[in-house]
Amino acid sequence: MIHIRGLTKRYGGTLAVDDLSFDVPPGVVTGFLGPNGAGKSTTMRAIVGLDRPTSGSVTVNGHRYQDLRAPLREVGSLLEARSVHPGRSAYNHLLFLARSNGLPKRRVEEVLELVGLRAVARKRAGGFSLGMGQRLGIAAALLGDPSTMIFDEPVNGLDPEGIIWVRNLMRSLAAEGRAVLVSSHLMAEMALTADRLVVIGKGRLIADTTVREVTEGAGGGRVLVRGADQLRLRSALEAAGGSVTDGAEGALLVEGLVAPRIGEVAHLADVVLHELTPQVASLEEAFMELTAGAVEFRAGAGRPASGAPGATTATGATAPTGATAPVRAVAGTGATSGTER
Amino acid sequence: MSTSTVGGTPAVHAAGRAPQPGLPAQFRNALTAEWIKLRSVRSTLWVLLLTVAVCVGFSVLQAIANTQRWDSMGPQERAHFHAASNSVAGVFFGQLIIGCLGVLAMSAEYTTGTIRATITATPQRVLAFLAKIGVFTVVAGIVAVFTTLTSFFVAQAIFSSKHADVGLTDGENLRVVLGAAVFLVGVALIGLGFAAVLRHTAGAVSSLFGILLVLPILMNFLPEDWANAIMKWLPLQLGLVMIRTGESNSNAFAPWTGMALLYGYAALALAAGAVLLVRRDA
Repeated sequence: MIHIRGLTKRYGGTLAVDDLSFDVPPGVVTGFLGPNGAGKSTTMRAIVGLDRPTSGSVTVNGHRYQDLRAPLREVGSLLEARSVHPGRSAYNHLLFLARSNGLPKRRVEEVLELVGLRAVARKRAGGFSLGMGQRLGIAAALLGDPSTMIFDEPVNGLDPEGIIWVRNLMRSLAAEGRAVLVSSHLMAEMALTADRLVVIGKGRLIADTTVREVTEGAGGGRVLVRGADQLRLRSALEAAGGSVTDGAEGALLVEGLVAPRIGEVAHLADVVLHELTPQVASLEEAFMELTAGAVEFRAGAGRPASGAPGATTATGATAPTGATAPVRAVAGTGATSGTER
Repeated sequence: MSTSTVGGTPAVHAAGRAPQPGLPAQFRNALTAEWIKLRSVRSTLWVLLLTVAVCVGFSVLQAIANTQRWDSMGPQERAHFHAASNSVAGVFFGQLIIGCLGVLAMSAEYTTGTIRATITATPQRVLAFLAKIGVFTVVAGIVAVFTTLTSFFVAQAIFSSKHADVGLTDGENLRVVLGAAVFLVGVALIGLGFAAVLRHTAGAVSSLFGILLVLPILMNFLPEDWANAIMKWLPLQLGLVMIRTGESNSNAFAPWTGMALLYGYAALALAAGAVLLVRRDA
């Protein structure tokens, strides 16, 4: 359990984190989302006491990290920056960490096995690939079997198999009742891993919500329908109280009716349905919608020219169910903000 | 690989919920961790071996030169020949190498990023730093004593061909041999302190070499009374006093007073390093 209250961190003249408050509760994966430079890493470094907050407080299980005498048993952390001597073996890196917290040698073997580095444990870490380095970092985080875990961009440099492994690991850690905070700048990754979402931009809290709320909210509650007789279907739906607009390729976009109700209406009207798809926006689109209002954030990071294509690509990858309309909406927002500048 | 065993064995779970260790236990843990760090990097062994090789090597060369000159030396000169001092003269080269080891012991933490792992595991930064200093001092001390003793005995073996050898416990010899080792460790600790302040290997090494080598040369460019006033405070001079026997120099500190001064310098550098370690973000 992590409590962050009014966390502010200033580096010289730069305000990296600005009055940030949120909790990381046990039992769920909390996604920590924001573009590069939003202050995610700084916040995580403040949690484990590497950076001293300019003001505000961070506690883990009710204690300041600096007051923990065997912190690895309370908090496991994988930070973005490299922290391994290239000349030291993975085994010895983990061994010195374990010993510093009074953990047994046996635990080093266990975590090496767990992350799949057993075969290269005695090799110098300098020869490790990016993915192996990430696995070593994850092994270090798991050493003390902590109840709270933070991971800064854990899938960086991992191959697809490794990404799925990390995703499952995060979920199973949370399922075991641990508080898990995972940062990413990839919204799609968060949609698959996280339950809760803490979104920050320019060091400020933009949203503290759930993945479900964000995606459903952004989808607008629309349902895409295709039937054998579109005209009859349309009038039946309108008669049932739905508001119908034309979707792509002859489909109908229905607002005001949930999918099961639409199915019933079609059945009563004797229309065979070919498609019935509730519109759930991908997290990318939802994220763009969410941050569109944060003018200061968009002004700094928003490049209208690249915003829309990025969203489109991501849509294709994560939400193949015809989310064309939301993408257009987001593209429109991007253009607007561009005009403002 | 399975992810269902993340929690590890029940025993580890129990360890995780165990009460937090007290300060003494935590310091012992930190000492163990620092020892693992020091021994698990190859450069430590290489630099230590190099320190021994250079110290003993130069002492041997010196001893051979002394014996070759022996026959042409007059009685006066032979009377003033200090077999013990000459046997440990190699420490003036060795100090540069063990000084580098002192620098590396700390600067590598920063250049490799290990410092983040170290103080995430031991957030009481001063405690972690003290553990590092403690482990390093013991290791450097053992190697330094081994080095000067080896230098002494090898050199005496060479001197014995001219019957000019002396015993370890004769006169001030033990002080000379052990003092030379204490000097080596003091220089290494200054290096460690510089590295803690500067956080860069190259910067700390050049600063260390600056005060060890460049400052004494600089004295030649100063007015003589200035140079005389400053010279005795320099680390090199404190080391020389330590290994000298016989005639006492009025313009120098007594051997152990000088050593106390050298360790005072080291303490200053280390204290500055500790303050900055606590103040700076890692």
